[in-house]
Amino acid sequence: MCTLAHVFEAAGLSTVVLTPLRAVAERMSVPRTLYTDFPLGLSLGKARDAQFQSEVLLAAFELLKETEGPVIRDFPVRVSATDGEPLVCGLPPRLNPDLHPAVDEAQALKSAYDRAHQKSNKTSVGMRISAEQIPDALAKFVKIAEGEHWEDLGFSAASIYGTVHDIRTFYEELACELAEGPIAPWATEQWFYAQTEAGAIILKARRAMRDNQVAQSVWFGLAPAGRE
Amino acid sequence: MSIFGQDPEAIGKFAASLPVPEFQKPSLNISKPLHTAKVAIVTTAALHQDGDGFELNDSDFHYETLSRQARNLKLGHHSVNFDRGGFAADLNVVYPIDRLEELADIGIIGEVANNHYSFAGNQSASVSEIRLDSGPRCASEMHKEQVDVVLLTGT
Repeated sequence: MCTLAHVFEAAGLSTVVLTPLRAVAERMSVPRTLYTDFPLGLSLGKARDAQFQSEVLLAAFELLKETEGPVIRDFPVRVSATDGEPLVCGLPPRLNPDLHPAVDEAQALKSAYDRAHQKSNKTSVGMRISAEQIPDALAKFVKIAEGEHWEDLGFSAASIYGTVHDIRTFYEELACELAEGPIAPWATEQWFYAQTEAGAIILKARRAMRDNQVAQSVWFGLAPAGRE
Repeated sequence: MSIFGQDPEAIGKFAASLPVPEFQKPSLNISKPLHTAKVAIVTTAALHQDGDGFELNDSDFHYETLSRQARNLKLGHHSVNFDRGGFAADLNVVYPIDRLEELADIGIIGEVANNHYSFAGNQSASVSEIRLDSGPRCASEMHKEQVDVVLLTGT
């Protein structure tokens, strides 16, 4: 992003960068930067808060009046990654006791995902698997948690990473449908790993892979760094 | 242990240690007045539509063109270490296209560009490809559309 600002400015365009990485903007002499002390992933700070987002944009556009650069200005409001309200999002009761709880849960939540998809007209599920394949994918992670080797279940390093991406995304998108109002930073991630059966089984499978001496490059990226 | 993406100190240390290319002091272009300017968004969140997309590695320097009307976008920046729930709830928190439309409606900006652009955030260490190839081509596309101002967002 910072490199592109230089490229575009050199080509005659006026640019302004929004970034939470002040040190990078400083070291790269970015032409115009609005430093936003927001969590990574939230360039405009607050989801579902149009007024706040507009204030960020207006502060950014103010920088266009600057004639000498590089210039960095701080947006005056900080958004914390950890101080927001937790997500209140109910989970379905067990429907099929013959299934593992994570598989049963994912099957029961498919209709909520479908509503979320229909309402937002977007989904980031599909890096490796479709929404329909989520329960079967979770069944594979149950087996990994129980000691089966990940490669024996048909995974490659790339596909297991992409599959976990799709599972987490499936849950985070449906959570946004089930929860009302603002979505605080990291609230859906916290909800996924701390409250859902799917998040629990992925963490359990990840620990099993680590304990079974699987290469760190395979298991480490299956959950955020620091998540156990 | 803290969660990396939630720990400002850890992120700060990471940012300070990132190898970055050096640039000369930039000369700034002076835009025409904002209320007459055409504005485009360029994001490095690797946004794309179904069927398109970006490679996992750091060698994908192409860009996707996002039409002004497109909202059915996928978040291609897949790192587990940043918040994805915000985008799931509201694409404007990464790609503020609806906010731009509102600012144009009330006359704060002149016009919203018909095309916006998306790159992958992970690039080669030298970033020579986006400096010499796809970045200038993207700038040329914006010039063709007579864009004046570029708002750059990441994730």
